[in-house]
Amino acid sequence: MRIKLEKRPEPSTVMQFVTPVASVLLTMLIGVIVFDALGIKGGRAVTDIFLTPLLATYKWQDVAVKAAPLIIIALGLSIGNRAQIWNIGAEGQYIIGALAAAGVGIAAGGAGGGAIITLMILAGIVGGTLWAVVPAFLKTRLNVNETLTTLMLTYVALQVLGYLVGGPWKDPNGRNFPATAPLHADQTLPILFPGTTVHLGVAIALILPFVFWIIMSRSVFGYQIRVVGSAPDAARHGGFDAKQTIWLSLLIAGGMAGLAGALEFAGALKAINLGFPSGYGFTAIIVSFLGRLNPIGCLIAGIVLAVTYVGGQIAQTTVHIPNSTAGIFQAMMLFFILASDILIRYRVRFVASPKATPLPAAGE
Amino acid sequence: MGTETTARLELKSITKRFPGVLANDQVSFSVQPGEIHALLGENGAGKSTLVKMIYGIMQPDGGEIRWNGERIVVANPKAARRLGIGMVFQHFSLFEAMTVLENIALGMDAKIPARELEARIKEVMTQYGLKLEPHRIVSTLSVGERQRIEIVRALLLNPKLLIMDEPTSVLTPQEVEQLFIVLRQLASEGCSILYISHKLHEIKALCHTATILRGGKLVDTCNPSVETSRSMAEKMIGGNLKTIEKAEGRAIGREKLIVNRLNMPARSHFGVSLKDITFTVREGEIFGIAGVAGNGQNALLLALSGETLSEDEGAITVDGAKLGRLTAKQRRLAGVSSVPEERNGHAAVPEFTLADNSVLTARDRLGMVKIGLIDQRAAKTYAGEVISTFAVKALGPGSTAGSLSGGNLQKYIMGREIMQNPAVLVVSQPTWGVDAGAAAAIHQALVDLAAAGSAIVVISQDLDELLSLCDTLAVINEGRLSPAMKVADADIEEIGLLMGGVHGDPAATANLHPELAHAHQA
Repeated sequence: MRIKLEKRPEPSTVMQFVTPVASVLLTMLIGVIVFDALGIKGGRAVTDIFLTPLLATYKWQDVAVKAAPLIIIALGLSIGNRAQIWNIGAEGQYIIGALAAAGVGIAAGGAGGGAIITLMILAGIVGGTLWAVVPAFLKTRLNVNETLTTLMLTYVALQVLGYLVGGPWKDPNGRNFPATAPLHADQTLPILFPGTTVHLGVAIALILPFVFWIIMSRSVFGYQIRVVGSAPDAARHGGFDAKQTIWLSLLIAGGMAGLAGALEFAGALKAINLGFPSGYGFTAIIVSFLGRLNPIGCLIAGIVLAVTYVGGQIAQTTVHIPNSTAGIFQAMMLFFILASDILIRYRVRFVASPKATPLPAAGE
Repeated sequence: MGTETTARLELKSITKRFPGVLANDQVSFSVQPGEIHALLGENGAGKSTLVKMIYGIMQPDGGEIRWNGERIVVANPKAARRLGIGMVFQHFSLFEAMTVLENIALGMDAKIPARELEARIKEVMTQYGLKLEPHRIVSTLSVGERQRIEIVRALLLNPKLLIMDEPTSVLTPQEVEQLFIVLRQLASEGCSILYISHKLHEIKALCHTATILRGGKLVDTCNPSVETSRSMAEKMIGGNLKTIEKAEGRAIGREKLIVNRLNMPARSHFGVSLKDITFTVREGEIFGIAGVAGNGQNALLLALSGETLSEDEGAITVDGAKLGRLTAKQRRLAGVSSVPEERNGHAAVPEFTLADNSVLTARDRLGMVKIGLIDQRAAKTYAGEVISTFAVKALGPGSTAGSLSGGNLQKYIMGREIMQNPAVLVVSQPTWGVDAGAAAAIHQALVDLAAAGSAIVVISQDLDELLSLCDTLAVINEGRLSPAMKVADADIEEIGLLMGGVHGDPAATANLHPELAHAHQA
């Protein structure tokens, strides 16, 4: 018996759905084994990380609030990933988006209401987009690798954040902590269900995947992104401009990350301090791939990853493992999903080893 | 073992089944030592499957393979090579980012020091007249040059059976002759050759025996020298062969496409630049561009299709409109369609459906886009029309392009462009790797389109194709285009020399045609 990979005549649709699910299950299984080996109750840890947040209804609002930025960022990243333009600096675009929203809020002074909130959200989108202009310009003009520039700009964004919250925007009544003043109540996003933390951003995160799905599957732009990602030469033959694709995919990803930052700021955290960047921009890369670069997939994958965030906090108190354990699980998921990709185009077959003996040293 | 009556290779009732298809059904034939044996059949007839089993890429479901009389199982290609079976594939397996030498080294089972290998490569190259620069990166090479790597790679192993899959498609007549000399030399040294082709006159000229497959079954094993090309073709396609119906004395109208001193810098260090390309194609005219692979054909197609833009807007005009600075999309709207040589990944996206692939080039001319959204139904309908009009063998518009055979995909791509009624159609290698039936259909479609008043440019390395199809012909060599000549007055020897250009032996060229060689070098 030996294992053989056999190319499928057509990429398997079933596997498109099976592999992400299998990746999550495998992650859980490996988690149990590894934690048991480390002397920690693996079963309990995995249950707390993956299941408790879903089973405990009072945790749902946390999951929803955490899923929103992940989904929104992942939607933007999926466009770039599909066109093989690798923006790994969504975290920086997310920070700048939040800062832009905060800037509008501060500039508005005490004024609030729908118009100001809308303006803050738009500022977030513009901020994130502008942060992506730099890598797009460098890539199209000087052919600088966007993976490097987007990542490096994340660290620049962190410095900008540190400067603003520690300097000009520091809360005068904040006991000298580097943080902005909390938002006025009428500058924060409306809460959808009274008594919960579920804010308007969650609704946006639920609607946007369907908008993106229509764009990606029905529009010429979505077609362009798919062709560029699958066959760049064919895209050129079809009259699609490669530079335009780079610009659009980076700007949209930046805009979405900026939007997520603005919503997280105005909806969930309501103030920006040095702890504002929590890695959503990086985790969204996993969401994008776990969701198969499909907008609806991103919606589901965003929820799964949000569950691990919330579950990580639960496991911290129940089995006393560090919060960063969730990060290990998230990374494992990414590895499994990337590794199992091959099953979409190939099938595994167990074949008998050839029976007859090959001719010994024929003719040699 | 190895008496005179023992076949080098014998296949007995080989059967191979794929999900839904019987690719080979009880196929039996044998190849003698030193025999050049043709394997003839349309695409999908099961030739590739059969040779893949001989070469150990697949295992037969039934039947047996005998090598020098002994039953063997060829577990994998490495085992095949150990037995002395070499193969030159139609689709090359080369690493684009590596050099010729590295690619050959990777294909060798034995580890040979690079310097020694290079010496051996050079030896094989000079022995068989195959020109290659060992240190060039494969991605910069043309199809023809890539094939030479594969041939050299196979010859380095001193094979006892050499399998050649459609080897001559990219060679000049002189190169084909040279290859035949190589193959005859190999055969005379006792090497058997299994020669897959559908170029019937080549089989007649080269092969001792021909085995004809159709639909996975063996139709006949015959002697090509007593058969006619036509009789073999009819066995191959199982019906009557259509000849191109060319209306005699077709009206060729006014000048349509004018290319005037088109220059294009090389796209890469090893690429070919276009130099002062000048030609005119009239309404209803089919203009052929002959040449050996890698002489600027790709650059010319890209320059005409608008995938690369000229500096000079007047370098390309159609009906007087200047197109040189227009993009591919704008040129298509102006009536210029094109079909590049590479089907998978250039003319079509393999993982997309045929309907989605129709959107690639037909969306603007046929109004498939409304307010930024693609009209899926229009795309599907159009794909369906192309499939039925061009008799494309596909399940329907929902089949992926990658699931079609080369010939069927090519028919689909040609149909997709032709049914848009382009004023100018530029096609490169329209029948490369395409079976005789599909090639005839494609040729007929081009002739019909010309008859309807379009100007057509056919870039091809298949000289026979150009001679049978075109009204006018020019030869491209090192990015320069020769003056045009009427096909009716064309001298094949002269065309061959133009194709050879500086690639050939200058001394020989000078001896044969002093004035020509001189004119060319000037």
